[in-house]
Amino acid sequence: MAAVIDAADNDLVGELVAKFPGIAFIEQQTFDDFPTLWVSRDKLQSVLTYLKQECAFEMLFDLCGVDERTRVNKENLPETDFTVVYHLVSFTRYRDIRLKVALLESACELPSIIALWPNANWYEREAWDMFGIVFTGHPNLSRILLPATWQGHALRKDHPARATEQEPFELTEERQDKEQEAMRFKPEDWGMKRKNEHTEFMFLNLGPNHPSVHGAFRIILQLDGEVIVDAVPEIGFHHRGAEKMGERQTWHTYIPYTDRIDYLAGVMNNLPYVMCIEKMAGITVPDRAKVIRIMLAELFRVASHLVFYGTFVQDVGQMSPVFYMFSDRERLFGIIEAITGARMHPSWFRIGGVAQDLPEGWEKLVRDFVDWMPKRMDHYHKMCMQNSIVKNRCVDIGVFSKAEALDWGITGPGLRATGVDFDWRRDRPYGGYDQFDFEVPVFHKGDVYDRAQVRVEEIRQSLRIIRQCLDNMPAGAYKSEHSLTTPPPRDRTMHDIETLIHHFVNVSWGPVIPAGECSVTIEATKGNNMYYLTSDGGTMSYRTRIRTPSFPHLQQIPLISRGLLIADLIAILAGIDFVMADVDR
Amino acid sequence: MRDELFIYVIIFSTLFGTITYAAVLVWFERRLLGFWQDRHGPNRVGPFGIGLAFADILKLLSKEDWVPPFSDKFIFIFAPTTVMIAMLMGFAVVPFAPGIYIADLNIALLFFLGMTSLAVYSVLLGGLASRNKYALLGGLRSAAQMVSYEVFMGLSVMGVVMLSGSFSLVDIVNAQQDLWFVVSQFLGFFVFLIAGIAETHRLPFDLPEAEHELVAGFHTEYSGMKFGMFMLGEYLGVILISSIMTTIFFGGWLGPDFLPPIFWFALKTFILICFFVLLRAAIPRPRYDQLMSLGWKVMLPLTLINLMATGGILLWLETLS
Repeated sequence: MAAVIDAADNDLVGELVAKFPGIAFIEQQTFDDFPTLWVSRDKLQSVLTYLKQECAFEMLFDLCGVDERTRVNKENLPETDFTVVYHLVSFTRYRDIRLKVALLESACELPSIIALWPNANWYEREAWDMFGIVFTGHPNLSRILLPATWQGHALRKDHPARATEQEPFELTEERQDKEQEAMRFKPEDWGMKRKNEHTEFMFLNLGPNHPSVHGAFRIILQLDGEVIVDAVPEIGFHHRGAEKMGERQTWHTYIPYTDRIDYLAGVMNNLPYVMCIEKMAGITVPDRAKVIRIMLAELFRVASHLVFYGTFVQDVGQMSPVFYMFSDRERLFGIIEAITGARMHPSWFRIGGVAQDLPEGWEKLVRDFVDWMPKRMDHYHKMCMQNSIVKNRCVDIGVFSKAEALDWGITGPGLRATGVDFDWRRDRPYGGYDQFDFEVPVFHKGDVYDRAQVRVEEIRQSLRIIRQCLDNMPAGAYKSEHSLTTPPPRDRTMHDIETLIHHFVNVSWGPVIPAGECSVTIEATKGNNMYYLTSDGGTMSYRTRIRTPSFPHLQQIPLISRGLLIADLIAILAGIDFVMADVDR
Repeated sequence: MRDELFIYVIIFSTLFGTITYAAVLVWFERRLLGFWQDRHGPNRVGPFGIGLAFADILKLLSKEDWVPPFSDKFIFIFAPTTVMIAMLMGFAVVPFAPGIYIADLNIALLFFLGMTSLAVYSVLLGGLASRNKYALLGGLRSAAQMVSYEVFMGLSVMGVVMLSGSFSLVDIVNAQQDLWFVVSQFLGFFVFLIAGIAETHRLPFDLPEAEHELVAGFHTEYSGMKFGMFMLGEYLGVILISSIMTTIFFGGWLGPDFLPPIFWFALKTFILICFFVLLRAAIPRPRYDQLMSLGWKVMLPLTLINLMATGGILLWLETLS
């Protein structure tokens, strides 16, 4: 295996082994550059506590389940039917660590860690929803992505993935009534009271279809007048089973699905996915492909942040800027279309490179844009960010501290608005970002206004990166010659049978990626996006875990909206910058 | 005295004219917003897309007239008619040109204030009768907002009344032969303008229907022509407030002789309407409590200062002469 675990990580593992002498840690080899350890269920909490408090692993970055029952390549692994994976990240030490707990089907439960990290709440519900893993001590272990009436656990290997494997769907009157009744909100389920000694609360259903929730998202508000007493965000309306689909698409044909996760970020979603496969398959990407990828990813960051900027000011009631920003975004899509042939979902990155070389004349299009955009940004800054009404609506609204942000799994601009000076691109560079010169905007107040400021400044920095791509675009191949990604050249397939067989197998089955596990995290538009892929040595992924930034961001809404008005909640929602497809996958 | 037939003609043309104007204004506003927002706006139906105004009316009229089963039916239907009636009644006292008005009441200004206050009921009742939580919140907001802004609206024009010595709008226009009151009563004008926007609940003061917060606020449950009446009422309100503003601050029909007086009146009103649209395109929406504190902490003191100063100067001038 190609993984390189450096000395510091070895020290960490050594420290853990020394600290917990009674436990047999099993270190698993993966393609990652950080350790993966198996921990027994009863020691899990003490190890996690130790890692959080003594080793500065501040964030529960991801928590997910894996159904291991049909996995073939399990040598050197503990006996397990279901595995729960805890991925921790340290933003001060720039490290990751992955802990795994093996569970047998007969005793599929383990203690909840909500007391340690509050954002475990939704992740544990998701693991229960998808795998039926029970977290003891969880206050409300109910379905989160699938409807309450769902039968079975969707990501288990014995659950059907296709409509053709199931009974035909029929929405009868009774069924509709049943489904709607299941949607009814009962305050008691959430430990809420219907009234107190002074007042009877109003429960307001904000969503799933409301102009300001940016998609199908429901927040149930407990109101005293217009003051929010408590809130319950409810997600899952946009769930499309993206992770399940990963288990039935070939490595290559899954790429278009990734585009649609954060649908505003286009090819940036392809990036962690293809990089993850490249790591597993040992493919080196040519420099030109790397720079093209970065340029496209940053173009999409600008596009996504422009949507944020426009809808953000629109949500606080300013009507016009969104049109200006969407016109700029149209212009951007014009460039993306000229390069990739598509606009919002180009699915243009490939394992080992990109789909095509840049077209003739791309320099002029990109140069015109990076020359034009900064002036527009100045204009928007005056129009929106310096507007006193916008400031009144956003300053000191929805404040969370650095500690809260880390506890709740907030990443990206939300984290940088609380004073954490961390950007994956600069601090843990991937895909060639270490070659670029840019600044990471950091603000300190942690309110809606600061979150907006971070993004506005990021647009400028992205333009800087794009300009550097433009000025320094390397010559050379736009994709790797590796046999797992590029069909052999035709003149060779016509001459020797071995190459022809390779060609045939790769084209008809798709590439076979070596067995193992790998994860790649990137600084996506809305926060940190991670793909955690498990290959069982086949043409399809065994498990595709997508850690999306918006999921934990929404979970935190009640914390920052209590005691505020509905209008403030709208500003908070606008300031989070989420995409429901990114939450529900 | 004016003969009866002439009055009927004026009543009819005012009714017909204002309603048509309001309908066309919907189209015009969208074109103007389009112009300011780098886009086209409606431009397909008829010349410059003006046919859309009529297509919209046809659509609204032919839509199903649906009353939600859970609503308070009588009030639900009654509410949108109130705003139409009140706003149309307001036009009764507007002097379009010398001799061209429906009535020259000696309490015309008070009559206008009374009619716009009545319009509050339609919003409040519409919100309550819908039995919808968003509508309820919108209705409550509008009650609080409009009642408070009513206060400054009334007080802001009192300076004009002092200067002209009359509540009659015709007298007020005649008193502006030398100088428009917008100059001598700038504070009054400013407060009246803000209160006028709040009164017609248009952006930035559209809190009763704040789309991004309350879906559609008080008219969430309304559709078809009942919604159309709310909409028309809002645009009639814009025209009414603009005409009153023209009358009491911009010298009404007064203007150089090379054009007929009614033209000057229409032109001034039109410019003010465009200003309303521009405000909508430019300014974000403050939060509800911020709007209220702006009203009571800034607007009210301003109005009172204006009143005292005007009164003081008038008395001082009197002692001089």
